[in-house]
Amino acid sequence: MRKHSKHDFQYFISEGFSSMFTHGFMSFAAIGITVACLLIMGTFSLVAVNANATLEKLEEENDVLAFVDERLTEAEARALREEILAVPNVTGAEFISRTEALADYESQYEDEELFQDLPDSTLRHRFVVSLADISKMSETKELLADVPGIAKVNAYEELSNGFITIRNIATIVCVALIAMLFLVSVFIIANTIKLTTFDRRNEIAIMKMVGATNGFIRWPFVYEGFLMGLLSAVIAFFLQWGLYGLITSGISSSDAFDIIEIVSFSQMWLPVALIFVAAGMLIGIGGSVSAIRQFLKV
Amino acid sequence: MIRLKDVMKEYPNGTRALNGLSLEIQDGEFVFLVGPSGSGKSTIIKLLTGEVIPTEGRVMVNGFSLSNIAEWQIPYLRRTLGVIFQDFRLIENKTVYDNMVFAMRAVGAAPREIKKRIAYVLKLVGLENKFSRLPDELSGGEQQRVAIARALVNNPSTIIADEPTGNLDPARSLEIMTLLKRINELGTTVLVVTHEKDLVNRFSERVVMLEKGRVIGDGVGKYGVNVHA
Repeated sequence: MRKHSKHDFQYFISEGFSSMFTHGFMSFAAIGITVACLLIMGTFSLVAVNANATLEKLEEENDVLAFVDERLTEAEARALREEILAVPNVTGAEFISRTEALADYESQYEDEELFQDLPDSTLRHRFVVSLADISKMSETKELLADVPGIAKVNAYEELSNGFITIRNIATIVCVALIAMLFLVSVFIIANTIKLTTFDRRNEIAIMKMVGATNGFIRWPFVYEGFLMGLLSAVIAFFLQWGLYGLITSGISSSDAFDIIEIVSFSQMWLPVALIFVAAGMLIGIGGSVSAIRQFLKV
Repeated sequence: MIRLKDVMKEYPNGTRALNGLSLEIQDGEFVFLVGPSGSGKSTIIKLLTGEVIPTEGRVMVNGFSLSNIAEWQIPYLRRTLGVIFQDFRLIENKTVYDNMVFAMRAVGAAPREIKKRIAYVLKLVGLENKFSRLPDELSGGEQQRVAIARALVNNPSTIIADEPTGNLDPARSLEIMTLLKRINELGTTVLVVTHEKDLVNRFSERVVMLEKGRVIGDGVGKYGVNVHA
């Protein structure tokens, strides 16, 4: 079997390119649909990234409080920091003296006389402990409680478990939706290219009749799909950029969405661009290859 | 060379198109294949071009055995054949020249070779001044000549013409048949499937008559008069 020459590849590329313009309306439709699918997939993914960032922030705020035995002096209490940091899964331990804790407590109830002028001894010294992995909160809590000098450990495990569940569900839903949209895109592109291929079945039949191999017939269509996918990815990327900018500026300017942690587009543009280009090309090439298959059986 | 030996072809719907047919065509021959509708003419063309495989028997075309040909070999078999159809099958939005280029490109010919070969073939069919025309700017006879040029452009050893004059008036039909005869004189084997008795009778060539999937006559002479069984 003969391998394709340099002339063949020049021919494939020029045919693929010119065919995209010759079948202008169909190409426009295929590109439009791919752009729409990429935009929907991209928007979903970016929502997932932002939801993840927001959840991460909330998780970080979900610290563990380790209370120091009241019999220990402040200096002895401070000295426990090293032992706490030695506990696995602990990434930080901030010491808060009973005086600081009381001041903070009182400031929360400034209007209520009952809580003012309490003695220092009312509260204990404490450490605000941050964890690397909040899914191991229960184990870490037990290890912290075993540190000599620590009287009690408070941790909101239910809350952290809730965050983990939300993240897991959000990830599964997003992955499932993206996979579905991807398949839908390939299906739509395959059908759109099938229409252009149908339009050219006469050309394909003539090529088969004069002895063109299936590979030779397929290549221009593959290039056409590749070019359409690439062009769709570029258009979708800039549209996504604009759309994201509009939505995030709307969210930032509203107090109601204060809780949402917004990831700026400049932090994500490269992965977004790469994913769009890869997905666009996969959709284009996959669509054209599956579309032409049935016309090669002569 | 074309050789069919005891060929039987039955389609999935049960129709038996060929019934133990045997036929041999030597290199350089000019043969008319004639017969009524349903006699098996189209099936023979499909067998020779690898569109269908025989149910029984052996088919050899230009060194390829079609009884057990691999799918990847079919394009290479077709490169040894030039096929001409009644309805021309030209690409409407390409010029005469581009139709030729398309056929040569499809088999991976180099640009320099393409230019040289097309000029020669268009001159051979008498269309050297019409290379920039679109098919619908040409008469039926001229369109069929473009189709013949396209069939010849890849230098096949055999031309198979399926009712090549079916859409043409008698004068244009004679022109086309004369052109095919001239191509045959240059060394190409020509097999013409037709049912035009008058046209066949104007040439003293071998005539193979088919009926109900069998050869009922084979000889040089006038169609329907003195062809020997």
